[in-house]
Amino acid sequence: MKFTLSWLKAPLDTDASAQQITDKLTSIGLEVESVEDAGTRLKDFTVAYVVSAEKHPNADKLKLCMVDTGAGEPVQVVCGAPNARTGMKAVFAKPGTVIPATGAELKIGTIRGVESRGMLCSIRELLLGDEHDGIIELPADAKVGEPAAKALGLNDPVIDISLTPNRGDAASVYGIARDLAAAGMGRLRDGDLSPVPGKFTSPIHTKLDFPFGAENAAPMFAGRFIRGVKNGPSPKWLQDWLKAVGLRPISALVDVTNFLSLDRGRPLHVFDAAKLKGNLRARFAKDDEHLAALDGKTYTLDSEMVVIADDAGAQSIGGVMGGEHSSCTDTTTDVFIESALFDPVRIARTGRILGIVSDARYRFERGVDPEFVLPGIELATKMILEFCGGEPSEVVVAGATPNWTRNISFTPAAVKKLAGIDVPRDEIVRILGALGFTVEGNDPMTVVPPSWRNDVVGSADLVEEVVRIYGLDKVPSMPMSRPSVIARSTLTPAQRRCRIVKRTLAARGFNETVNFSFIPRGHAKLFGGGDEARQLQNPIAADLDAMRPSVLPSLLAAAQRNAARGFNDVMLFELGAQFESGMPGEQKTVAAGIRSGVGAKSWTKSGHAPDAFDAKADMLAALETAMNGPMTAPIKQGAAAWYHPGRSGTLALGPKTLAYFGELHPKVLTAFDLKGPVSAFEVFMDAIPDSKAKSKARSLFAPSQFQPVERDFAFVVDNTISADAVLKAVKSAERDLIERADVFDVYEGKGVTEGKKSLAVSVRLQPKDKTLTDTEIEAIAGKIVAAVIKATGGTLRA
Amino acid sequence: MADVSKLETELLSAIGAASDEAALEQVRVAALGKKGSVSELLKTLGGMSPDERKTQGPLINSLRDRVSDALARKKSALGDAALNTRLASERVDVTLPARPEPQGTIHPVSQVLDEITAIFGDLGFAVAEGPDIEFDDNNFTKLNIPPDHPARQMHDTFYMAKQKDGSSHVLRTHTSPVQVRTMLTQKPPIRIISPGRTYRFESDATHAPMFHQYEGLVIDETSSLANLKWVLEEFYKAFFEVDKVELRARPSYFPFTEPSVEWDLRCDRSVPGRIVFGTGNDWLELAGSGMVNPRVLEMCGIDPTKYQGFAFGGGLDRLAMLKYGIPDVRPLFESDVRWLKHYGFSAFDVPTLDGGLSR
Repeated sequence: MKFTLSWLKAPLDTDASAQQITDKLTSIGLEVESVEDAGTRLKDFTVAYVVSAEKHPNADKLKLCMVDTGAGEPVQVVCGAPNARTGMKAVFAKPGTVIPATGAELKIGTIRGVESRGMLCSIRELLLGDEHDGIIELPADAKVGEPAAKALGLNDPVIDISLTPNRGDAASVYGIARDLAAAGMGRLRDGDLSPVPGKFTSPIHTKLDFPFGAENAAPMFAGRFIRGVKNGPSPKWLQDWLKAVGLRPISALVDVTNFLSLDRGRPLHVFDAAKLKGNLRARFAKDDEHLAALDGKTYTLDSEMVVIADDAGAQSIGGVMGGEHSSCTDTTTDVFIESALFDPVRIARTGRILGIVSDARYRFERGVDPEFVLPGIELATKMILEFCGGEPSEVVVAGATPNWTRNISFTPAAVKKLAGIDVPRDEIVRILGALGFTVEGNDPMTVVPPSWRNDVVGSADLVEEVVRIYGLDKVPSMPMSRPSVIARSTLTPAQRRCRIVKRTLAARGFNETVNFSFIPRGHAKLFGGGDEARQLQNPIAADLDAMRPSVLPSLLAAAQRNAARGFNDVMLFELGAQFESGMPGEQKTVAAGIRSGVGAKSWTKSGHAPDAFDAKADMLAALETAMNGPMTAPIKQGAAAWYHPGRSGTLALGPKTLAYFGELHPKVLTAFDLKGPVSAFEVFMDAIPDSKAKSKARSLFAPSQFQPVERDFAFVVDNTISADAVLKAVKSAERDLIERADVFDVYEGKGVTEGKKSLAVSVRLQPKDKTLTDTEIEAIAGKIVAAVIKATGGTLRA
Repeated sequence: MADVSKLETELLSAIGAASDEAALEQVRVAALGKKGSVSELLKTLGGMSPDERKTQGPLINSLRDRVSDALARKKSALGDAALNTRLASERVDVTLPARPEPQGTIHPVSQVLDEITAIFGDLGFAVAEGPDIEFDDNNFTKLNIPPDHPARQMHDTFYMAKQKDGSSHVLRTHTSPVQVRTMLTQKPPIRIISPGRTYRFESDATHAPMFHQYEGLVIDETSSLANLKWVLEEFYKAFFEVDKVELRARPSYFPFTEPSVEWDLRCDRSVPGRIVFGTGNDWLELAGSGMVNPRVLEMCGIDPTKYQGFAFGGGLDRLAMLKYGIPDVRPLFESDVRWLKHYGFSAFDVPTLDGGLSR
């Protein structure tokens, strides 16, 4: 919402400075976005009279000017502008002035051998526009020596406030003045709202034509006919104000409606009555009804939108934008002024669907003052009669002002209770009164908000009104209680797991990333997603349209971008959401990581291409730290489709998949333009169970006193037999004695039958109550061999 | 007796001349072996008369001891020499680089999240979380933003594919729906913060379409704007690790709070690229807040005649950027390893209140 200082001072009688006013606006909730004050910015530029302009003695395209600046003798200025001429008024900058366009200080110079003691400026040099064909020519009556900004009509600061959606009442200069007056910044001038007597009966009548139950679409529609007007430019002051706030003056009739929309928050429309057929009705549009609007576009309407229509069809989109056909032109002689009320929700919907942002929509969707329908017509009538002449009809009205009064029961103590601030009762009453609220009774008071404050519905709203005017800066700072003297942990076990997994992975050398939750649909499809339900209707970019079904595609895309920059070796992880569907809540928290490249080039030759066992170690590190103990769940061969089918695994706890790990499928790598291999893991954080431990105490440390024994075995088994199966069989042979069994060699090739492999297993026996004898050890070894043969069909390697 | 002393001279000279362990062993065998010269001498003691033995015994025995000592000393000396030679040959160039290890890092957003939870945790705020895809009802309607309310225009919303009934779920535009979910499921008193990913349809130099917010919610019977001010003051002091801060309140509007307040923090931005809080002549807008609108309490099943409270929120990424001097928001989500290593944190720098939030 933009306005100028002088515009504001029309309804606000105040001595306050622009600075005081803008400070106050922000402090009462009308946040000042910017103040464009050309008068201050251009204060060093003055009006000067060009006494003479002759050709420069040494240059054809330059002129030698004698300039009367109003301070002493005329000064000599060299000027290159083609329009510099004797007798003109121009904008003068004296030496020492900083020229806005260059930021440089003007110096006395010598140009082609002639001294120049100042400069005559162009529009562009003052940063007032792009024109630089010549210097600015000021009106002949501009006073020499005065600030140029004044002569340019720019000495009126333009204030732009960022209006919050609740304050429809402040979408008007008058409403802003009312707030300022309540906050002690002056006195509000009401203006003359007296009715203008009608001279005849309006030949056009207004009608509300809505089905039963939908009457609130437009509860009131008033109008007035004015005949014999002469349209033309509006007065300069009005044009200046409109231009200052970014509106183009069009004609007196149009400018009046634009002015009242901004000045009083009362949108109006003026039809060229000669172009209307019959009476005007407010009704719902028909589906697919078309209207060519004032912005030059043709809109397709639907049956939820309100139009103002004559016998020929829709003439305007009610409360949003007028139609081209019945708009006023220079030849308009008879007009019909429309002033109506519309349902804010319908206006918002219509504007949103049609994509129209207009001053009328802005005000109607926030809610206009229902009591200002008729005063709006009177103000418009007066201005039109003043600017264009003519004769007004009586006002015609369809419908009536809806009941807007609300009684709010208000306890003054609520101010202290909600805002923590002591405001004297008298001050509460004064503030509410100044804002137009009526206050009756004591405690509780009965407060009735004014017609223009549809946003105030309850006690909390009244507290806000009081506090924002009284001063939010007076709210003290009051400590809160501590729930316990020494803080207790507030994180849930799941949150703690996420935190420690992140730090575990970072400690392993992974760089944590945070990536967008939406990815290209093509990538999503590679990871089981990309279906319609997980698509965004309005993606920010065509390739960020699918909610990711896995965190891995984000990481692979990141690896690819890094590779493109010359960084092939990356270890990236992210702990974030993957989306199982388009439904709220159907998402999983996943810790996923990838390794790509062979590691840093080094003389130690310590790097290697990442493989399934890197991924397995990463996955286990994450899981074991999360579970605070060794991971004993079985590992199954194979994982999701995006993994290498023969080099991946799945870890599950009952029906719950805890993790996938392995090398990625070459086709996936190709899709991401990555030169493999890449190892990856996904740990499903939500599947990790909470610890069941009831005590913080650890189990007792009780090492055996007896000598452990190590025995190595080599088994030949089919190469389809998993190492896990062999180890399981080994352990089953003597559960109490076998402390651990480890594979320390796997061999296929010469010396081992094709289709078989040799697995070397080291077994550690830990007796608990006595030292094992050789005979006992041999017996156990025999049992181990027998168990493996029985379980796997293998043999002891000869 | 000349024999003994002559033998000793010969043996000691042979020991001295032995240049390696093999040569020394030969000397030892020649002297102390079964048939060695000293052993032979010792054997002669048996055939001697007691008197002779009395004089010869000590002589021969002490010869044996001295030869043994000399052999041991020489063996040790030879061992040291061999070790020294080996060690000399084993020299490496220690200026070669260490074996490479990847340098892992924690993302600034995670780090700052941990800082924030540490601070608010101290005041008893639990961390509440919710889904990224939300019901329109939770993201808007229950927060007093009905359909076609002008406030929806402030939220540039991402919509999921249309449902069968024509409605659409949204990507949450703030973490306030987590407050809704909390109020719907918990009884006051409530103290939570809800950090997380949020989404707005905007993308330019200072906005990313996905970013992080943190919000706080307190519901009890007495908490007021004055308590809110205190919480924010204490939070910013702790977070920016300064002794004092100054907050400026401005009235604002959020449909879910009434009264609504925006907070600016006094700062000094006179040196480009650097911000100092608690001093200076600039103000930085940091948080939106207010007293929870009674309508919101009611819609979330909390009796507004008995309970009241406040809510506040701000940008988590923005806090990270301000504190750690990160100039642009977009690289936070671009996963450039150079950026991650530059702005990231050590896994072991876990923020704590006693150890300090940062180094």
